[in-house]
Amino acid sequence: MRYRFLTDNALLALEDGSLFYGTSIGIDDESTGEVVFNTSITGYQEILTDPSYYKQIVTLTHPHIGNVGTNPEDEESSQVFVSGLIIRDLPMVMSNWRATENLRDYLIRHNIVAIAEIDTRQLTRHLRKHGAMKACIVAGDKIDADKSIKAAKSFAGLVGIDLVKEVSTTSKYNWIDGTRGLKDGIKPSYSKKEWRVIAYDFGVKRNILRVLADLGCEITVVSAQTPASEVLAEKPDGIFLSNGPGDPDPCDYAITAIKKIINSGLPVFGICLGHQLLSLALGAKTSKMKFGHHGANHPVRSLDDGQVLITSQNHGFSVDEKTLPSDLIATHRSLFDGSLQGVHHKKYPVFGFQGHPEASPGPHDSKQLFNHFIELMQEHKT
Amino acid sequence: MPKRTDIKSILIIGAGPIIIGQACEFDYSGAQACKALREEGFRIILVNSNPATIMTDPEMADATYIEPVHWQTVARIIEKELPNALLPTMGGQTALNCALDLDKQGVLKKFGVEMIGASKDAIDKAEDREKFRTAMQKIGLTMAKSEIVHNQAEAKVAMEIIGFPAIIRPSFTLGGTGGGIAYNRDEFMDICGQGVEASPTNEVQVDQSALGWKEYEMEVVRDKKDNCIIICSIENLDPMGVHTGDSITIAPAQTLTDKEYQIMRDASIKVLREIGVDTGGSNVQFAVNPENGELIIIEMNPRVSRSSALASKATGFPIARVAAKLAVGYTLDELENDITDGATPASFEPSMDYIVTKIPRFTFEKFPQADDRLTTQMKSVGEVMAMGRTFQESLQKAIRGMETGVTGFNPIVDQSSKNILEQIEKELRVPRGDRLWFVADAFRHGLSVEEVFNICSIDPWFLVQIRDLIDEENKLKKEGVTSLTENRLRQLKRKGFSDERLAELIEQSESEIRKLRIDNNIRPVFKRVDSCAAEFESATAYMYSTYDVECEAAPSNRQKIMILGGGPNRIGQGIEFDYCCVQAAFAMREAGYETIMVNCNPETVSTDYDTSDRLYFEPLTLENVLDIIHIEKPHGVIVQYGGQTPLKLARDLEIAGVPIIGTSPDSIDLAEDRERFQKLLEDIDLKQPPNRTARNVEQAVKGAEEIGYPLVVRPSYVLGGRAMEIVYNEDDLRNYMDNAVAVSNSSPVLLDRFLNNAIEVDVDAISDGHDVCIAGIMEHIEQAGVHSGDSACSLPPYSLSDKIQDKIASQVGAMARALNVVGLMNTQFAIQNDEIYVLEVNPRASRTIPFVSKATGISIAKIAVNCMVGNSLASQNLTHVPVPDYYSVKESVFPFIKFPGVDPLLGPEMKSTGEVMGVGKTFGEAFAKGQLAAGEEFPREGNAFISVKEIDKEKAVIVAKELILLGYKLFATSGTCNVLTKAGIECERVNKVREGQPHIVDMLKNDTIDLIVNTTEDKKAIADSYSIRRTALQHKVFYTTTITGAMATMEALKKRDSIGVNSLQDLHKGVIA
Repeated sequence: MRYRFLTDNALLALEDGSLFYGTSIGIDDESTGEVVFNTSITGYQEILTDPSYYKQIVTLTHPHIGNVGTNPEDEESSQVFVSGLIIRDLPMVMSNWRATENLRDYLIRHNIVAIAEIDTRQLTRHLRKHGAMKACIVAGDKIDADKSIKAAKSFAGLVGIDLVKEVSTTSKYNWIDGTRGLKDGIKPSYSKKEWRVIAYDFGVKRNILRVLADLGCEITVVSAQTPASEVLAEKPDGIFLSNGPGDPDPCDYAITAIKKIINSGLPVFGICLGHQLLSLALGAKTSKMKFGHHGANHPVRSLDDGQVLITSQNHGFSVDEKTLPSDLIATHRSLFDGSLQGVHHKKYPVFGFQGHPEASPGPHDSKQLFNHFIELMQEHKT
Repeated sequence: MPKRTDIKSILIIGAGPIIIGQACEFDYSGAQACKALREEGFRIILVNSNPATIMTDPEMADATYIEPVHWQTVARIIEKELPNALLPTMGGQTALNCALDLDKQGVLKKFGVEMIGASKDAIDKAEDREKFRTAMQKIGLTMAKSEIVHNQAEAKVAMEIIGFPAIIRPSFTLGGTGGGIAYNRDEFMDICGQGVEASPTNEVQVDQSALGWKEYEMEVVRDKKDNCIIICSIENLDPMGVHTGDSITIAPAQTLTDKEYQIMRDASIKVLREIGVDTGGSNVQFAVNPENGELIIIEMNPRVSRSSALASKATGFPIARVAAKLAVGYTLDELENDITDGATPASFEPSMDYIVTKIPRFTFEKFPQADDRLTTQMKSVGEVMAMGRTFQESLQKAIRGMETGVTGFNPIVDQSSKNILEQIEKELRVPRGDRLWFVADAFRHGLSVEEVFNICSIDPWFLVQIRDLIDEENKLKKEGVTSLTENRLRQLKRKGFSDERLAELIEQSESEIRKLRIDNNIRPVFKRVDSCAAEFESATAYMYSTYDVECEAAPSNRQKIMILGGGPNRIGQGIEFDYCCVQAAFAMREAGYETIMVNCNPETVSTDYDTSDRLYFEPLTLENVLDIIHIEKPHGVIVQYGGQTPLKLARDLEIAGVPIIGTSPDSIDLAEDRERFQKLLEDIDLKQPPNRTARNVEQAVKGAEEIGYPLVVRPSYVLGGRAMEIVYNEDDLRNYMDNAVAVSNSSPVLLDRFLNNAIEVDVDAISDGHDVCIAGIMEHIEQAGVHSGDSACSLPPYSLSDKIQDKIASQVGAMARALNVVGLMNTQFAIQNDEIYVLEVNPRASRTIPFVSKATGISIAKIAVNCMVGNSLASQNLTHVPVPDYYSVKESVFPFIKFPGVDPLLGPEMKSTGEVMGVGKTFGEAFAKGQLAAGEEFPREGNAFISVKEIDKEKAVIVAKELILLGYKLFATSGTCNVLTKAGIECERVNKVREGQPHIVDMLKNDTIDLIVNTTEDKKAIADSYSIRRTALQHKVFYTTTITGAMATMEALKKRDSIGVNSLQDLHKGVIA
C-alpha cells in the first residue's frame, strides 16, 4: 500500500492482503501476531515491555518513536514482549538524561523485528475500519509478499488461546522496589510493610508491584497456575490479579482459583486481564473487541461520583456488562464506547478495573484504586 | 451538571487593540466564547475596543460595545445592560485587569455581577508573585529562587542564597536596563550596584538562573467537578532565557519520557487546583534541567492565552469554546468533542500523530534603533504554525510560511566576514529572531552538534535533525540535478524541502523542480487533524499536507470558493485581513458554496476549523497553494482579501491556470505599476502629486530637481510603508538611495512631491464591474505624510465639505471603472487647498474594511465577495451605504514602549500594531473615546508644553487658546513662545535640550508637564527633540506629534466628560446615547 523506496527492506503483511513496506529498524527475521495501534504519545519502552502485548505487533500513532532512547528503569518486565514494532520515524539521536541505549540497539538486543517509514496513520485507519488483524512482519533481503500474507493468515489469532501460561513467572518471588521519584531512581520501597499481598502473575507490569510496595505491601508474586489452596495457606491480607495478554476465557485454572479465593472472603483486586478473570469467575462473559483499547487518553467515568478519570488502556477483550451477575456491580464505564471498565462485588471485598491505574505509561488519575484495595484489606483485618 | 439557569446574560470582555504579546488569538477565543454561549441561549454583551475583530461583528453578540476596555466605560455598560455574569478569561491580560478593576471599584458588587470562569482570588494568586510562590511551596513545587536586594548587605545575603549564575533585574526599568547575568562574586556585586542605581525604586530582583534549561508548557482544562485534562504539551526549541512567545515551539513535547511527562502532568493539575481555577483553561510553564530532570515551575496563566490558541489549532480541541461552556456550569463529560462529531466526549486528552512547529515573526526592520536580542520580554508581532508528519517537515513548512523571503535554511551569515565562526558563535549564544538560521550556518561551517549545543543549549534532538537537513543540502549541491532520481526527490520532499529551496541548491527554477516532481508523480497527500490520532472517524475537514502515502482529502464535487489568508501577523498586515477572509468564508457559505480556507496563522479565526467547510493549515506559498488546488479544483480563488500575501501569488497562480475571481491580477498590477497607473489617471483626467520613478541615484536627484523638495520616497510594491521616508534635500535623498533601499531596474524607487499640510483621505469602495458603491470616506486626523495605517481617521469626515466629498466619490467611481474592479478598492487622496490628488489605489481589501463595516453597519467584505461570484450590487440591494449620523474614529496603537531607544514619531513608515475605535455624537467625543481606548488618559488640567515647526505656528495659536480656556498653563520653546506671546497668549519659555539645563526633559522627568504638542521636521530637528518624545512616553505624559492631532485633541478635551456608551446594534438602528 505504498511506493517502495530503494532502501525498503522490511514489510508488514496483513491477513487481508494489505502490504506496508518500510525500513527495518530491528533484526532481520519474520514474526507473526495480531497488529494493534496504540495512541499514547509517550511511553514506548513501557509498551514494548508490557507482557500484555505478547503475540501482538504494535504500531504507535505518534510519528517519532525513540526520541528518549531506552533505560533500565522504564521496563515493565524483563523482556520485550511485542512481536513487532511499526513506526513512522526513528529519530537520528536519542536525547534524555536517563537514556542509556538507543531504541534500535535495544530492539536488536531483544531480537525484535521492527519497521519504520510506514504511513502509520494509514495503517491505523485501516485497523479502525476493519478491526485488529493477523499480520506478519518481516525484515531482511528475502522479502516475499505472498509468503508473508500466508504467514499472516496462518497466525492462530488470540481468541481461545491461553497466552498467560507462556508469560507468567515459573517460580514465585518477592518484590520490594517502589516507584520512581522525581529525583531518585528506582530503589527499594522503604515504606512500612503492613500488608501481605500475593500477586498472581498473568503477565504483570512492574509498576503495579511498585505502587503496591509504595503503599506498604509486602508482595509475593506467584505463577498464574498456582492453586488457590497454596495461596490461601500463606494467609495473605489480600490477593492481586495482574494484567496479562490475550483471551481470559481459556485460563480455566485461574478462574477456578479465583472462585475459591473470592469465597475465602479475602480482598481481591484485579487489573485488566485480572479484572476479566475476576468477572469470569463470578459468572460474567467476555468477548473480543474490534480493535480494542490501546492508549493513554481514555476517559472513564467513575459511576459512584461521576468523576472522569483519564486512563491508560490496553485490552483487546472486554467484560460484557449485560452478563454481569446481580451481585457484581458496574463501577466504571468508558466514555469512548460505553464499555464496562470496572466492577465491585456487593458482598465480597472484591473489585476489578479494566484500565491501568498503575499507568506507566499514562496518567495517574485512577491510582486511588490501589488505596481502595488497601482500605479493603484494612477492613478485612479488623 | 447541566448549564446554570440562574444566569441569563453574560458580559464578555475582549482584549482591545492588538499589541505585542496580545494579538488576534483573543479574537479567536472571544469569538468562540460568544458562539458557545449564545448557542446555549444566553444573552451576550460584548465589549472590545478593537473594530478589526470578528468578535465585534454585530451578529456575534446580542449587544456589542466597541468601547474602551477601561473599567469606567465598562461600568457604564454594566449599568445599562445589567448582566448577571462577567466572563473575564477570554480577553487576555487586558480583560483580566479590567475585571479586577471593576471588582476593586465595587462595580460588580453594586450591580450584582458574578465573575465566572475565574475568581478574583484565583487571579490574584496566579498573578501576585509572592502569593504564587507560597501556593507552589504548599503543593511541593519548586520555583527558581529569587531575592529582592536594595543595598550591598542584602546583595551579599542574596548571593549566598541564589548562587551562580544569577540573573539580576532592576525593578521598574524598561528592557532590563542596568541588569545582567553574574557568573562570579565580583560581577554579582557590580551588577547589583548598578542595578540599584538604575532602578527608580533602588531595588533589584536576583533570580536563580535556569538559563539553558528546557522549557515546556502544558495546556490544562479543568471543570467544577475537578475533572482535569491536558490538551497539549508544548516544548520550546529555544531553551530558557527567551520569552515563550518569542521561542520556536514544538507540540507535542518530544524529549520527555513518560515518567517525566506524567510528573509534569500531575504538577500542572495540582497547580490549577491550588490556584483555584475551577472552570476553564490555563497554561502552566515549566523548566527542566536537562542534566538531571529537575523540574521547576515558571508561571501559570489562569485564562486562555496565546499558547491555548496554539494548542487548540495544534490538536483540533477548541479550548476557548469548551472553557466558555464550563464557565456556565457544564462539566467536561457533558460536552462533545466537536471535531469527531460527538463520537467522543470533550473529557479526554487529544493524541497527535503529527508534529506542530510554531515560529514567531519579528518586525525589527521597522524599528532599527530597537535592541533585537531576544530576552524574557516578548518582542515578536506574529507567528506561523505548520504541521508535518515529522519534525523536519513541520519545521521547514513553518519556515516558508513566515514570508520573510527564506525558502528553507538559506545561509544567513556574512560570508565576507573575517570572523565567520565568531559571528556564528555570538548569534547562537545571544539569540535574535534568526538564531535558527545561524544554527544551520554553524553546521555549514563545520561545527559539531556537541559544539553547537554547548553554545546555545538547544536540545541535540533538534540540532541533529537540522544538521541532517544541511548535510542533505550540501550533498544535493555537490551532486546536482542529475542526482534527483524519483527516490531521492521523494526522500527530500519527505524531509520538508520546498521546491524553491531545492531549485536554489541546484540552480534551477522552481517550476523546473515542480515539473520534475509532478512528472515523477511526487505529490503531497493531505491528512486530517482529528484530535484522536485516527482512533475515531472524523468528518471534519481540517487538513495539512505531508509526503506520506494515504490521502484523506476526499474532496467533494460541490461548487467551491477558496480563500487565501494572510499568513502571520506583522506590522502592516494583521487581523484586518483575517477579518475580511472570515467574512468571505461566511458569505460564500451563505451563498451555497463550499468554502475552503488556506492559512498558516494559528492565532486567527480564519484557521478555526468551523469557519470554513474545509481548512488547509498550510504555508501560503505557490507550491503549497497549487498542491491544494490540484486536489480541490475550486470554482474560484480569492486573492484580494488576505493582504499582500496572496496578492503576491496572483500572477503565478493565474499563469498556472487557477481561476482567480474578482479584480484580475492584471488590474492589480496596473494599479501598482507607477507608469501604467499614471497613464490611466491621465486618461480619466485625475491628478497625482508630481512624481518620478528612479532606477538609480542620478535619476532620483534629477527627478527631485524637477518636482521639488520635500519628497516622499519609497520602493515600489510594498505594504505598510516599508522603507518609506520623507526627504527634505538632496543630501537626504542621496543618503536614502545609498543606504535605505537596494534600487535596481526591476525594483525602482518612487519619488512623490510631498504635499505640505494636506488632508489625507481614505476611501473604501465596492464595485461589481458596473456599479460602484462608496462604502466609506475617512478623513485622516494626521496630515499627509503619516502612514495611513498609523494615523487616526474619522468616518464621516469632520472637516471636508460635501462638495469635496462628492468629487472624491466620483473620482473613486471613475478609477474603479477604469481598473475594471470587481470587489473591493481602497483609494488614498490628499486634499490641499481644495485640490484633490490621488496618492494610491489598491484594488483589494484594505486595513479599514472592518472599521468601515462596524461604523456603517454594512458588511462591506461580504457584499464585495458576492460581487466576485457574479452577484451585482443591485441584486444585493446595495445602491449606497448610508453615511451614519454619528462619528466613528479609528485610532492606532503603537509598540514604542517595548522598544527602548526608538523614536515614537509618526512618519510614512507604518509602525502601529493595532487599532481601536471610538464612537460619539460629535467628532470630539469619538476622538476622546478613541484615545481612551488606545490607553491614553487625558490630563484633567495642568501644564501643557508646545513646540511646533514653522509651518504649524499659526495653528499652534488656536491650540494654545483652547488650552488656556481648558485651564492649562502653557510652556513653550523660544520660537513657539514668541509666536504665542505676540498673539497675546500667556506662556512661559523653556529651554530646548540643547539650550542647556534646566530644560524641557528635566521638567518631564520631574513630572511637571501633563500634555505635549511637539511637531518637527527635518533630520536635525527630529534628532534634537527625540528625548522629549521618548521621555514623555516613559513618563506616560500625553503627547501628540502633529498639529492636526493637537487640534483633534482639543475637540476631545472639550468632550471628555460627556462620554456615553452605545452598542453597535443600537447605532446601526440609528439610536445613539
